[in-house]
Amino acid sequence: MKASKSARSFANRAGVVLGAVIGLGFSGLALALEWNLQPAGSKLAADIHWLHEAVMILCTAIFVGVFGFMFWACYAHRKSKGHKAAQFHENTTVEILWTVIPAVILVGIAWPTTRVVIAQKDTSNPDLTIKVTGYQWKWGYDYVKGEGEGISFISTLSTPRDQIENRAPKGEHYLLEVDNELVVPIGKKVRILTTAADVVHSWWVPVFGAKQDAIPGFIRDLWFKPEKIGTFRSQCVELCGKEHGFMPIVVKVVTQDEYSKWVGAQMKLIAATADDPAKTYTLDDLRKRGEQVYAKNCVVCHQATGKGMPPAFPPLDGSKVVLGPKDGQITTVLNGVVKNGTPTAMVAFGKQLNDVELAAVITFTRNNWGNKTGEAIQPAEVKALRK
Amino acid sequence: MSAVADTHGHDGHADDHHGGYHGAGGIMRWVTTTNHKDIGTLYLWFSFTMFMTGGAMAMAIRLELFQPGIQFFNPDLFNQFTTMHGLIMVFGAIMPAFVGFANWQIPIMIGAPDMAFARLNNWSFWLLPFAASLLIISFFTPGGAPGVGWTMYAPLTVQMGMGMDLTIFAVHLLGMSSILGSINIITTILNMRAPGMTLMRMPLFVWTWLITAYLLVAAMPVLAGAVTMTLTDRHFGTSFFNAAGGGDPVLYQHIFWFFGHPEVYIIALPAFGVVSQVIPAFSRKPLFGYASMVYATSAIAILSFIVWAHHMYTVGMPVQAQLFFMYSTTLIAVPTGVKVFNWVATMWKGSLTFETPMLFAIGFLFLFTLGGFTGLVLSLVPIDIQLQDTYYVVAHFHYVMVAGALFAAFAGIYFWLPKWTGRMYDETLGKWHFWLTMIFFNMIFFVQHFLGLAGMPRRIPDYPLIFETWNKISSIGAFGFGLTQLLFLYLILKAIKSGEKAPQKPWEGADSLEWTHLPTPVPYHTFETPPNLK
Repeated sequence: MKASKSARSFANRAGVVLGAVIGLGFSGLALALEWNLQPAGSKLAADIHWLHEAVMILCTAIFVGVFGFMFWACYAHRKSKGHKAAQFHENTTVEILWTVIPAVILVGIAWPTTRVVIAQKDTSNPDLTIKVTGYQWKWGYDYVKGEGEGISFISTLSTPRDQIENRAPKGEHYLLEVDNELVVPIGKKVRILTTAADVVHSWWVPVFGAKQDAIPGFIRDLWFKPEKIGTFRSQCVELCGKEHGFMPIVVKVVTQDEYSKWVGAQMKLIAATADDPAKTYTLDDLRKRGEQVYAKNCVVCHQATGKGMPPAFPPLDGSKVVLGPKDGQITTVLNGVVKNGTPTAMVAFGKQLNDVELAAVITFTRNNWGNKTGEAIQPAEVKALRK
Repeated sequence: MSAVADTHGHDGHADDHHGGYHGAGGIMRWVTTTNHKDIGTLYLWFSFTMFMTGGAMAMAIRLELFQPGIQFFNPDLFNQFTTMHGLIMVFGAIMPAFVGFANWQIPIMIGAPDMAFARLNNWSFWLLPFAASLLIISFFTPGGAPGVGWTMYAPLTVQMGMGMDLTIFAVHLLGMSSILGSINIITTILNMRAPGMTLMRMPLFVWTWLITAYLLVAAMPVLAGAVTMTLTDRHFGTSFFNAAGGGDPVLYQHIFWFFGHPEVYIIALPAFGVVSQVIPAFSRKPLFGYASMVYATSAIAILSFIVWAHHMYTVGMPVQAQLFFMYSTTLIAVPTGVKVFNWVATMWKGSLTFETPMLFAIGFLFLFTLGGFTGLVLSLVPIDIQLQDTYYVVAHFHYVMVAGALFAAFAGIYFWLPKWTGRMYDETLGKWHFWLTMIFFNMIFFVQHFLGLAGMPRRIPDYPLIFETWNKISSIGAFGFGLTQLLFLYLILKAIKSGEKAPQKPWEGADSLEWTHLPTPVPYHTFETPPNLK
């Protein structure tokens, strides 16, 4: 990797020269800031960085060469210095040369690039397969094959709204922190299957050179093999509606031992905290639980005040649906709202939440703000209405 | 061409150089005009109005991005601004600006009395204000303007309110306007050249527009199809882009970019044409490699139809498709390189002066090439997969659209303004305009390359703290850039009102027909008897 390191420092210098040519004087500042690709965390990413640097050096060299000529002409061939215009206007040899040479250079670039393209597409023989589902606006992770099979969770932004709305100082990982991180073991080939429930999203982890659109109704894949322990952060990179900027991706790479421990703990947690849909809960328990569910799933559209953002996102406070018969509201939350045959931003939460969570959040909305029905919805009632 | 003359109530045999305006007065003159110069002027002022409107939205975007956190606009409105900024700038500002140049310049550069279809020309223009109104009105409908990005990807478009429908109709109108305008341009160039003005003697600006017009006729109906399918998916129960009904969201992207990539050259080629007039004039030397310029332009146009999926490397295409689109895309670097080399060779050993049009042309050449190189970087699949949908892409296409097309449009306006109005602009103010535009432009967009490399996604209203410094610099640059364009407006109005009288040929090295055969300002009717150039 020594060659790659010196190539990088050359690219840095070339970049600085370019910045200086532009005449902004940013170059000194630039070195102190994030201004290049994030350090590679896998061999594939390192290969991509190497390619990028090689192409940058090449482009910079050609750029400086071509505009060296132009600026020399601007300096030496100016009328104010008494330069008389020559009248030549073609030269077949030169024209053939500057058509052929760039073509040869392009073939030179295409060769190493093609090898990386083919490597990047090779998702065969993974050690671990995880399905990633894009939702408006969070990510769902399902470990479908390999160690940890059966683990399944939703990963949501954990930055408090107070920080986003400037009522509290912003934390170190502002907008790049989630409640449940994706955990993977180091040195294992991880295959990610992407899909989406509503609109197109895009899943990206820059340090692994891994990006793939998540397309509703289709499954695509990508792979990465982490070579660094640590927590790596990124965001959704395909415009997916209002909260597109607020659905981060956080991947935690751990040692094999730690991974096995994590899987064990997850399995125990699943067994221990499994919501018991047969139980009858008190109104207070449901409201407390419901408030958490609301904060994770509902608040960005319907707002903490329950006033929504009409007309796209209707208010729940005083809503006819919320204050009406409970079956009506349960069905709405379970199946979402479909207008003219197409789903709206009110998606079918029946696919994302279990009966206890649904019962809790519905109870919460019926007994919060100005809504005071005093009714507790039990998980069994939700279960009965599932199709 | 008697039909053309008749609509003006003109006897058609008057002296070439004394044709005046005889039609309706006041606002009705502009509504009913069929004169290519009037219509060119309308296009240019319309374009400037849209440039300021789209620019105001850009200011709003940069204001919100000045610091992390949500300060001024909720994320919904922010998305509406990014969407409308894109649509308005592409369809309302840049494209009409170059159609304005085409209207003014093509007839007087080829020795024709007017455009071939004069009434159609009027209609092509007057569709635009209605389309623009629909786009603006969409902000005031329930749910607001669509917040889907100018690319209008399905199925997000299905979730939008009626603003989306207004936008779809606006795109239909804009497309009609472009197609009608193109038919007019093609017919004019192929049929109305003066005797002796052979195709290979046409000024390069005319050549680039001929090729652009063919691109428009081929590409705009595809866009119309894409948005119509979106409309029927929204309202009439079709499932073109809905997997649940047997459709495919990615199909939309293929159709959109089949239009979208030629669109890039629809914007860039006329800019190449303007620069190819300006650089030789101020180098006092003929354009180097005229024939190879024509071939290179044609090659770019043809290649532009087989590279579209390089906008879609991350949708998950088979590896063979990725490689095909990567190879075909990198190939565009060859004819583009030829053009850049030709321009530099034109300057080489010339006798250069640096009036404002030349400064903008050099600015174009320098920065457009930089944008071309980042294009080459993005054409390579693995690198693009890192940079797709980040600010690197935003920086790249603004180097092409702003430093490319807009700088060329400025060059063209300073170049031809004396011919059009009979008055010179203030050279000192012009130079101020150039240097401020140049500095602020780079301040906005050069740093966005760093943001993209470091991992900032595009189209987000709020961002992690590490991106703060670059965003601040970028925003300050944007405000400076916006204010500088007010200086441009002042400078143009000052020139029209009280500029010095311009001679017939204010630029020593200019040699096309409008400079050599026509007085300044250009009379209302020109070349009613074609000049003999044999």
